[in-house]
Amino acid sequence: MPDNHLRSATISVLVENEAGVLARVIGLFSGRGYNIDSLTVAPVERDGSKSRITVVTQGTDMVIEQIKAQLDRLVPVYKVLDLTEGPHLSRELALIKVIGIGEKRQEALRLADAFRARVIDATTESFTFELTGATDKLDAFLDLMRPLGLAEVSRTGVAAIARGAKTIG
Amino acid sequence: MDGTIPATEQMNSGAEAVLRALKAQGVDVIFGYPGGAVLPIYDAIFQQTEIRHILVRHEQAAVHAAEGYARSTGKVGCVLVTSGPGATNAVTGLVDALMDSIPLVCLTGQVPTHLIGNDAFQEADTTGITRQATKHNYLVKKSADLVRVVHEAFHVARTGRPGPVVIDLPKDILINPAPYHEPTAKVHRSYRPRTEPDTAKIKEAVALLKRAKHPVVYAGGGIVNAGPEASRLLTEFVRLTGMPCTNTLMGLGTFPASDPQFLGMLGMHGTYEANLTMHGADVMLNIGARFDDRVTGRLNAFAPSSKKIHIDIDPANINKSVAVDIPIVADACNALKALIEAWNADPTPQDKDALAQWWAQIDIWRAKQSLRYTQSRDPGSIIKPQYAIEQLYKATRGRETYVTTEVGQHQMWAAQYFKFEKPNRWMTSGGLGTMGYGLPAAMGVQVAHPDALVIDIAGEASILMNIQEMSTLAQYRLPVKVFILNNHYMGMVRQWQELLHGSRYSNSYSEALPDFVKLADSFHGVGLRAETVDDLDRVIAEMIATDKPVIADICVDEKENVFPMIPSGAAHNQMLLGPEHDDAGQPAVTSAGKALV
Ligand SMILES: Cc1ncc(C[n+]2csc(CCOP(=O)(O)OP(=O)(O)O)c2C)c(N)n1
Ligand SMILES: [Mg+2]
Repeated sequence: MPDNHLRSATISVLVENEAGVLARVIGLFSGRGYNIDSLTVAPVERDGSKSRITVVTQGTDMVIEQIKAQLDRLVPVYKVLDLTEGPHLSRELALIKVIGIGEKRQEALRLADAFRARVIDATTESFTFELTGATDKLDAFLDLMRPLGLAEVSRTGVAAIARGAKTIG
Repeated sequence: MDGTIPATEQMNSGAEAVLRALKAQGVDVIFGYPGGAVLPIYDAIFQQTEIRHILVRHEQAAVHAAEGYARSTGKVGCVLVTSGPGATNAVTGLVDALMDSIPLVCLTGQVPTHLIGNDAFQEADTTGITRQATKHNYLVKKSADLVRVVHEAFHVARTGRPGPVVIDLPKDILINPAPYHEPTAKVHRSYRPRTEPDTAKIKEAVALLKRAKHPVVYAGGGIVNAGPEASRLLTEFVRLTGMPCTNTLMGLGTFPASDPQFLGMLGMHGTYEANLTMHGADVMLNIGARFDDRVTGRLNAFAPSSKKIHIDIDPANINKSVAVDIPIVADACNALKALIEAWNADPTPQDKDALAQWWAQIDIWRAKQSLRYTQSRDPGSIIKPQYAIEQLYKATRGRETYVTTEVGQHQMWAAQYFKFEKPNRWMTSGGLGTMGYGLPAAMGVQVAHPDALVIDIAGEASILMNIQEMSTLAQYRLPVKVFILNNHYMGMVRQWQELLHGSRYSNSYSEALPDFVKLADSFHGVGLRAETVDDLDRVIAEMIATDKPVIADICVDEKENVFPMIPSGAAHNQMLLGPEHDDAGQPAVTSAGKALV
């Protein structure tokens, strides 16, 4: 194929919330050798009957089309939407623990403020920040924290949605 | 299924509810093997007469038998096995059915719900193990879900791209009472395969085909799955348009082999004319085939100057390995109907001159007679395997004949030399290439067609992989004929070793074979042997005339290879021809090609 250009795709998958559905999706990716850069899942329907999986993956256009088609043919899948085909919003949340004292501690706090990270826990020697934003914003913040005593990170992975009135349906 | 719950009736046990649901789904035969976890179902089977149970001798064979049954009838095959080893033994069959899109429902026993996850006796994570081996699978945890799941499993197995579905049934669910309801017509909540073609795309396809100078129709197993009407429509369309038609291994029989427009099978062991027609085509219509690597050869040299139309029921098959110009997701039957209509409605005249020239070219390729071989008729001459198949075919003409195969050279010779005029008559393991498929599959075919002539064309190595089923044949008086092309080698392995590994025949000689004649005898069947060409026709005639299971041990030339051959990693126009041909070549296999299977 002429087009070997790799692109990143953020794909939302609306699924029946039944046992094994996540294993099916993950098994599809591992079995067919597709990448998973990020994967999130949670029920989205009030009665808990449907879940939304958001998966960030990479591939050529042909591979990404294949991934979507393969996802779509799984029996418990309602809808597959490639958000990267249009304007969309991606966010993830990170909890970030920074341990340090003195000047570094002050600097961490200043930067957190600039990034609008919230302090959700503090001791005399540590802060835990909560930061929400696009993946690259989280990455940038973590890079800054590294020399300032970054000790532990927990990230949710990407949740994403289309801009405007468009829905996954 | 969706919506309101239909009227229910309480059944005394889950097992009874399951059987009633199977009956409602049209099941008349189950292929199975008992064990602790499924005893409640066996008890329910004992107490009824509508569903017949065929007791196989290995669970893998139960699945292949159900495949043979399904492929030869168009119905969903049904399997019943116990938990743990019963389920794991079934896995090869399930993957085989998945690869070849065969509709099956396989019921597996499971330990009681309260023991799941405890490493209980004969516990296996069956849904975990079979998740990638099935189209879909279920673990029933509540009696209230049981019957809905059974009905849904049949719906999923038979619709869209068909495939195997597993229902894992914990023993307590089978013992406890369960509500029964009839299947509903409601559509599934999330699973809604598309079957109607996009008419705009059909028109585009017709426009392209009308203007084609070098068209080809390439039809596969999807036509078989779409039912006999799809084969009839394919034939009508090909005759209407005057185009050449080739079949994949799985598609044989969907277009009559005797038709002058038929080019034979294409692909790795396809005919010269089929592969060169594909290579030279300017417009290719693929219906119900999936551009398998055994068909395409090297992808970047596959039909390089053609526009491609691809009709498939599975959207994931489209643009998977080969980029196509007009993708059409639809059931083959609906698509063919639409194509014929659109063809008749489109006023554009066909370029008949170009088509005539195309046929003239094809006839030159045909004249090469790529399937030619030489059989010496001198008394005592060794039998050529190709000749054995041709004689078998001739002797069975005019009869209601079904052919299954094992996997290897004999399978390819069967595909090349046995001619099929109708669909559902040819059962072979295409996608997975499972040795041991043919005998149990033939058993399933014979159960479905008790009066037909059912032949397993086998190799001496493959047949030993499920030979225990001879016992099943005897028990149910299933007069399956096993026609072994005995070359004393895993011939296909030997062929690759000869061509790609310097004739180092590592572990491919069939050492210490049983005496197949005595073997047949000890399994209450009839054993026959043809040692030379003088014996062949007599043995074939006797085999056909015998109303019992037969093993015919046909001693054939050990060194024969399957030709033509497109070596791995080569293009369609780089075919190797047999020794009969002056330009028979040695393979120029690249190291990249050698790494391919
Ligand atoms: C279960 C399984 N194991 C291994 C193989 C690899 N394999 C393909 S063909 C073949 C040899 C088959 O020998 P035989 O049945 O004698 O057929 P022949 O090629 O000689 O006609 C083998 C080992 C396979 N296809 N299936
Ligand atoms: Mg052999």
